[in-house]
Amino acid sequence: MSHSNMFSIWHNKRRIITPKTIWQRLHFDIPLLLGIIILTGVGLIILYSAANQNMGMVTRQVTRLGIAYVVMLLVAQIPPRQLAFWTPALFGMGVILLIAVLLVGHTGKGAQRWLNLGVIRFQPSELMKLSIPMMAAWIFKDKLLPPKNSLLAVAACLIILPVLLTAKQPDLGTALMLACSGFLVLLLAGLSWRWIIAACVAALAGAPIVWHFMRAYQQQRVLTFLNPERDPLGSGYHIIQSKIAIGSGGFYGKGWLNGTQSHLHFLPEHATDFIFAVCGEEFGLLGGIALLAIYLYITGRGLYISTQAQDTYTRLLAGSISLTFFISVFVNIGMVTGILPVVGLPLPLISYGGTSMVTIFASFGILMSIHTHRKLIGG
Amino acid sequence: MARRLTLKDPQQEQRLFTRRVIIAIIGVCILSFLLSLRLAYLQLDQTKLYTTLSNENQLNLVPIAPNRGLIYDRNGVLLAENLPVFSLEVIPDKVVDLNKMIAALQAVVKISPEEIQAFHKQLKQRRRFEEIPLRLRLTPAEVARFYVNQYRFPGVVVNARLLRYYPLGSAMVNVLGYVGRINERELLHVNRTNYSATNYIGKVGIEKYYEKQLHGTVGYEQVETDASGRIVRVLQRTPPIPGDNLHLTIDSGLQIVAEEALAGHRGAVVAIQPKTGQILSLVSNPSYDPNPFVTGISHKAFQTLQSSPDQPLYNRAIRGQYPLGSTIKPFLALEGLATNTVTPKTRIFDKGYFQLNDHTRRYRDWKKGGHGWINIDNAIIQSCDTYFYELSLKLGINRIGKIMREFGFGSATGIDMGEELPGLVPSPEWKLKTLGAHWYAGDTINSVIGQGYMLATPLQLASATATLAMHGERFRPYILSKASLPGGISIDQAPIPEPPVRIPQRDWNNVIKAMQGVIFNPRGTGIRFGKPKYSVAAKTGTAQVFSLRMGEEYNIEDIPKNLRDNSAFIVFAPVEHPQIAVAVMVQNSMIAPNVARKVIDYYLHQLQKHKQLQARKKHSKVNS
Repeated sequence: MSHSNMFSIWHNKRRIITPKTIWQRLHFDIPLLLGIIILTGVGLIILYSAANQNMGMVTRQVTRLGIAYVVMLLVAQIPPRQLAFWTPALFGMGVILLIAVLLVGHTGKGAQRWLNLGVIRFQPSELMKLSIPMMAAWIFKDKLLPPKNSLLAVAACLIILPVLLTAKQPDLGTALMLACSGFLVLLLAGLSWRWIIAACVAALAGAPIVWHFMRAYQQQRVLTFLNPERDPLGSGYHIIQSKIAIGSGGFYGKGWLNGTQSHLHFLPEHATDFIFAVCGEEFGLLGGIALLAIYLYITGRGLYISTQAQDTYTRLLAGSISLTFFISVFVNIGMVTGILPVVGLPLPLISYGGTSMVTIFASFGILMSIHTHRKLIGG
Repeated sequence: MARRLTLKDPQQEQRLFTRRVIIAIIGVCILSFLLSLRLAYLQLDQTKLYTTLSNENQLNLVPIAPNRGLIYDRNGVLLAENLPVFSLEVIPDKVVDLNKMIAALQAVVKISPEEIQAFHKQLKQRRRFEEIPLRLRLTPAEVARFYVNQYRFPGVVVNARLLRYYPLGSAMVNVLGYVGRINERELLHVNRTNYSATNYIGKVGIEKYYEKQLHGTVGYEQVETDASGRIVRVLQRTPPIPGDNLHLTIDSGLQIVAEEALAGHRGAVVAIQPKTGQILSLVSNPSYDPNPFVTGISHKAFQTLQSSPDQPLYNRAIRGQYPLGSTIKPFLALEGLATNTVTPKTRIFDKGYFQLNDHTRRYRDWKKGGHGWINIDNAIIQSCDTYFYELSLKLGINRIGKIMREFGFGSATGIDMGEELPGLVPSPEWKLKTLGAHWYAGDTINSVIGQGYMLATPLQLASATATLAMHGERFRPYILSKASLPGGISIDQAPIPEPPVRIPQRDWNNVIKAMQGVIFNPRGTGIRFGKPKYSVAAKTGTAQVFSLRMGEEYNIEDIPKNLRDNSAFIVFAPVEHPQIAVAVMVQNSMIAPNVARKVIDYYLHQLQKHKQLQARKKHSKVNS
């Protein structure tokens, strides 16, 4: 109340309030939107080549993008206060669904990540990608920062539960990204360096345990990563071929649609997880760096939004979303260029496929909401 | 200290957050730098290594073209086969100077300028790392000579390819069509991956219509190759799946007989098995040899074919649209009887011509002086025009159009060949729309002797004759009787029924009896057919190429050949259990009945021989 009084006084006396632009009223963040449009546009060009000029695949991707854009712009309309209010419920529901997937999937074969809800098939781990950083930020919402150890412990437990459930599916790549998005909230909230170092040591020590959790094919991938020549026609084939594709691209690349590696079917999964190799082969170092620059621009905009946010919840959420986005880019490109193991994560906004795309766009919607729902009182 | 901490200090928290974000940004920068470094390492430092690996990819995937399906006739005679030939092929990416290479190659293997031209055309369409044929049909001596010199020509290889060959040549081309080099436009309509090793595609006829079934599925070989592209060893092989073998309803013997009977004339023959709609023979004469089209016909040879006045490239059997002449009469008689417009007893007096009223033009009967009193039976037997002039006016153009459409005229038959034309059944609306003129009674009169706007293809006429033979039961004409899939499965094509023509049995019998009279009655017009031992029903027809003025006599000697009358003939036999229905159209000659006789004689004789053979087999089985 006092706020609104003050608001009217300021408004009448000094007119310092910045007038809202039309875009702000629509809750669009134009710099972020531009970055996303450029990235998805470039993505379609690469996909057209990666899909061997199959217009059908491109059309399907455009449809998915259309849906994702609508989701983003809708999410942007939800005020952050509402997001915070629903966070515990969303998180609770996500965990229940993850457990449901494990129970239903118990009789299934291989990885059970999908939940069939009759009309739509649904991947609860996608919901978790949003609700973990939201939940972690919610915990620190009205608390003092840097947080007390007890609060950190609560947050860590809440993060680890869904991560373990996802790892059990088994979907190690997603589990890793979930853990990362939660951990980033802690880091931004002011987790002390002592704890960070301790966590790193624990991670190294815990590696054998994780190894135990891994399925045979995941162990294969790590072993192959350490020595690709071990199995050149089996698991190592991916890495060798994608390195050949990227390396043969050189500085300028072979030119659009002229990549021999991907077009002659040397490169497996060249439209999905390994699509960066197509970019590297056809557009060379120049194209690769340019693509990286677009990703950095989007990440940077997200981080800027987080520094402009006006409360702890939105700040932490925006920061975690932006950094998680960058890390998924880093993990994918790292995997395709052979500096990280093959974990089966798509290249955000470019790889062919829809599930993770909608989640990422929803998270961009949250960023837009955070930035455009601020109270614009300047001075 | 503890007290101070319990107070929330937004300023201080903002500073803490900003500090952490700055650390995060530094982290992001370090990771991005790491990625850029890695990319630079792969794409600048190691690019030579990887380019080499990419070019001579030790793990190479080579597509293998599937063998195109073979085509047989109804008796198992091979109509289209694949013969192995050696061809010289070039991988453009591995050749430094193409023109220099080709010049040097001339000393070893002769290459004509046309072939070089075709090669350059393909060069633009194919990717630079694919093998492009430069010279086809190498002789064994040339193959040997090239292998001795191969070290001088990196990127040039000899491949054994299968080339389509049509042993019966011109006799089958109007059914089979042919395959030819695939072009860029055609590549857009097929799955590029599946055609990555294929150089040929069906261009017309069965080869085009059943392209999907004939082509098969591409296979892959994972091979280790050396720097010149030579395969060192095969690591893994996914064999291609050959195309389906097609068995046609066509009798190639009958096809040859019909072509020979038409020799020297322009025309078409279509023979159908009435009880199924199977096409037994489909001939258009003159014809052409499809084999040069497979390897790429020379420009000059193609020009000769295209500019010939005989139009050999024109498939008259399905694309030629001709006036029906008097062969239209049985169909009109059926409608007249079925609607009680006339009865078998109805008689008219024919004085040799017909007039709407005393002042208008005279529509002449072919017989000067006329037929006198005549009923419908004799009107068919003697092909009396006057009778049908009157009938046509009683029926009216709409009822005429209706019965013709019911028999399948005026629309494509739907034969599994594509390319056919629909003919034309005119109506007053059609005339107003296309010619902008009203329909006159004269138009109706003209159309009943098959002279007006009404046009039909020989295929339509044969199909309608088959329907007549079956007393109204109709089947869509078809050519593919069986497809044998790899793995021993075969799919039989069942006859495809069409809506029948419903006319009382009595009227069918009357008209068919009259059509028998065309051959066996002493005054019948089918004299040229002769009198065979089997029962047969037929109708003759003549269509004027140009109209005589009143009082002029038709004298065959006075008229240049290309203006002489066309002859048409429809026939089916035996009448009780029809085995074959034939339609013949011959341009500028009266030999249509003679052609039909040869075709039917041959077919029934073969059928007889086949039956005896089977009976003997059965007999010997019983005895033993």
